[in-house]
Amino acid sequence: MLSTNISNLLLAQAETPETVSSATASWILLGIAVAMLATLMLIGRFLSGRSESVIDPAIVRAFNRRVAGWMLICVVLAMTMLFPRGLTVFLFFILSFWAMREFITITSTRRADHRTLFWVFVIFTPLQYVLIALMSVQAPGNGTVLHLFGFEFSKSFQLAISKITAYDVFTILIPVYATLFIAARIAFTGDRKRYFERIAKIQFAILICVYALSHAPALLYLKVGRRVDVFSEPEAWSGDPRGLLFFLVILVQFSELMHFLFDKMFGRHVIAPNINSTKSWEGLICAACLTAVVGMLIQYTLAGITPFMPIGAALMAFLISVMGTSGSMTMSAIKRDRGVQDYGTLVTGHASILDRIDSICFAAPIFFHITRFFLQITP
Amino acid sequence: MKAFTGPCLAALAKVVSGASIRWVGCTPDTCQRVYFANHTSHLDALVLWASLPRKLRAITRPVAALDYWNGGPIRRYMANCFNALLIDRQKVKRRNTPVDIMIQEMGSDFSLIVFPEGGRNPAGDLQPFKSGLYYLGKKRPDLELMPVYIHNLNRVMPKGEVLPLPLLSCITIGEPIWLQSGEHKNDFLDRAREAVLNLKEVGQD
Repeated sequence: MLSTNISNLLLAQAETPETVSSATASWILLGIAVAMLATLMLIGRFLSGRSESVIDPAIVRAFNRRVAGWMLICVVLAMTMLFPRGLTVFLFFILSFWAMREFITITSTRRADHRTLFWVFVIFTPLQYVLIALMSVQAPGNGTVLHLFGFEFSKSFQLAISKITAYDVFTILIPVYATLFIAARIAFTGDRKRYFERIAKIQFAILICVYALSHAPALLYLKVGRRVDVFSEPEAWSGDPRGLLFFLVILVQFSELMHFLFDKMFGRHVIAPNINSTKSWEGLICAACLTAVVGMLIQYTLAGITPFMPIGAALMAFLISVMGTSGSMTMSAIKRDRGVQDYGTLVTGHASILDRIDSICFAAPIFFHITRFFLQITP
Repeated sequence: MKAFTGPCLAALAKVVSGASIRWVGCTPDTCQRVYFANHTSHLDALVLWASLPRKLRAITRPVAALDYWNGGPIRRYMANCFNALLIDRQKVKRRNTPVDIMIQEMGSDFSLIVFPEGGRNPAGDLQPFKSGLYYLGKKRPDLELMPVYIHNLNRVMPKGEVLPLPLLSCITIGEPIWLQSGEHKNDFLDRAREAVLNLKEVGQD
């Protein structure tokens, strides 16, 4: 009896009608995040005035840079609320593009890679985001006319686009087409020196900076339902898909912050000292568990934010946290391999975008595909 | 027209090359200077000029090769926009040497951007300097000779490519040097080359 009650509590959506609308829930979540960040900024300001004997100024600087980066991401989220989702896609395109620039800048490429890289920057990167923005296009039905930037398009054009969308070309453009293209194009140049290494670097760069990150704005176009219990088919969900993006981004940031704090407080067993001297197993586990609890609490209090059941929200939050750490570890490994401290240091004066988005890059595609696997509804 | 396209061109060059500028041991100043830099790309002169503060751009003229920048109306227009001082590399006369032209064109207001290696070097390491810098320092001892190291622009637009790649580049400007009294030509040129090379390391930390 008790176990049934608990499972009902965990698995079923709150039975009461949603008190806050989905968009309001997103605003509330963003508001909380901004308020927390503002507090952190004040703490950072306070700490940077301390003497060196109290706290290492390098840690304070790293902390302040991190908080500033999160603020930037919150600005992107606020824009998401205020403007059409096309703008969000564009903003993420800018982030991707800049991350690619940083990645390729610290990577050693050869003269023969120039034209391949030009394709990657000028064709594949924008095309990926164009495909995301086109995800909303459906096959022409009765009287529906495709409007893009104020222009009306013909039905045959709309049909062509809807076929691309229905095939989900955005999920294969980079893993299939770009990956093979890069390998072949560099082979055609005839420069065999470190060939394998060079293609791998470019393929990895576009996979992480563009493909993975593009799954975050793609969440806005996801048609998801919600499950009343685990074994039923998903049914229509009236919520706002922006809630999913907010849930992802804010929890990634929260988890990163918690990881940072737990490492400082009781980090004993460093995961890989040669890769990252601070990330510890204790931090990883505590941050993941706390993020899971917070994810579930968010789902309870702001029921309209995602279509997940509370237990689902907790599992997703756990996954987001672990993936976020994996992302930071991977990027640290690449940096150590290249012998740089931060992606921004080669070119000082630029804030390093890649250092800020590495966790989102890893969490976004997994979050997107698991959500889609369990909750997608076919219209 | 030039007043409008000049800043636009500068902004475009900065966006495409992702250039940031660092002044190490010196500050931007309107006094007469000669910036001497490593030369790895056609974009060098344009990007270095574009990265300077607006006030300095107005009084700084890049010295560039006539055969390249006079090729075609677009390049000629661009060279005009950034007020380039074009030198014909083929016709170097004894009477009116490039150094004489430079000093003449500088007058008492302008600063110059020069690339003392002569041509672009595809390998990326710094070639020995041509003697022009020495004669500039000898004839105008009041000029501040500023070493400049340009990072990564050879990857943005390598020799032989037409389209630039939007990577990030960096320009480091170091402390000025002067020709010391009685300093031998080769000693001075080596010292100038060292000054540029030292900035390469500064950029890596």
